[in-house]
Amino acid sequence: MVPLNWYIMLSAIIFIIGAVGFLIRRNILIMLISIELMLNSVNISFVAFSHYLQDLRGQIFVFFIITVAAAEAAIGLAILVSLFRNKVAIQTDQVTEMKG
Amino acid sequence: MLPKIFFGYFSIAMIFVSILIITRRNPIHSILWMLVLFFHIAGLYLFLNAEFLAAVQMILYAGAILVLFLFVIMMLNLRKEVEVERFLGEWPIAVFVGGATLVLVIMALTTLTQGPVGQYTVEAIQAETHVKALGKALYTEYLYPFEIASLILLIAVVGAMVLAKKRT
Repeated sequence: MVPLNWYIMLSAIIFIIGAVGFLIRRNILIMLISIELMLNSVNISFVAFSHYLQDLRGQIFVFFIITVAAAEAAIGLAILVSLFRNKVAIQTDQVTEMKG
Repeated sequence: MLPKIFFGYFSIAMIFVSILIITRRNPIHSILWMLVLFFHIAGLYLFLNAEFLAAVQMILYAGAILVLFLFVIMMLNLRKEVEVERFLGEWPIAVFVGGATLVLVIMALTTLTQGPVGQYTVEAIQAETHVKALGKALYTEYLYPFEIASLILLIAVVGAMVLAKKRT
C-alpha cells in the first residue's frame, strides 16, 4: 500500500513546477498551460485523499475543478487571441501599456 | 511492493514530463508532453480506484482542453517564437522561491495526520458501482454547486465568444 504522504508530495512537486513555469516563461500560452498543470496537481491530491479517507467528496470536487479549468482555458485563450490580433505579441514583457 | 514500484514509475515520469512542459522552446512540444502527463494522471486515478474520473480526465482534458490549445497555437503565427529568449531575466529568483515553498510543504507534511474515514469503503463502492455512487452524491448532496458549475460554463461560452469576436 502506497502511503498517502507520497501522493501529497507528488502533488506538491508538480504544483511547484507549474508555479515556477508560470513565473519564468515569457510566453502567455505556456503560462496558461502551467495553470492547467497546477490544477491537475490539486486534482491528484483530492483523489488521493478521497481514496484514503473513503469519502467521495474529493472526487466531486475534482469535477468542479475540471469545470473551472475548462472555463478558464476557454476565456484565457480568447483573451490571448484578441491580444494577438491587437498587438501581434504573446510575450508578457511586450505588453506594457499599464506600466506594470 | 508492486504498487510502490508502479507509483514510483508514475511519479518519476510525471515530474520529468512536467519539467519538460515548462522548458520546451516550441509550444506544440509542450502541449504534446502535456498529453503524456494527462495519460499518466489518468493511470494514477485508476490506481486510486477512480475509474470514472480517469475517463473524464482523458475525454475532457486530453480531448477538449488540449485540442483547444492546439487550435489556438495553429491559429497564431508563432514562427518567430522559437528563436527569441524563452525565460524572463528573473528566473533564478522564481526557481529559488519554488524550492523554498517545496521545503515548506515537505516540513508541513511530516505532521500530517489522517482524519476520520467516511462511509464509502472500497467494498461499498464496488457493491454500488463507482459511477452510481458518484452520481448519487453529485445530484443530491451537491446539486446546488452543480447548478453553479453549469452557470460558470455558460459564462465561459458567452465570454469566449464576446472576447474573440472582431470589433465592428
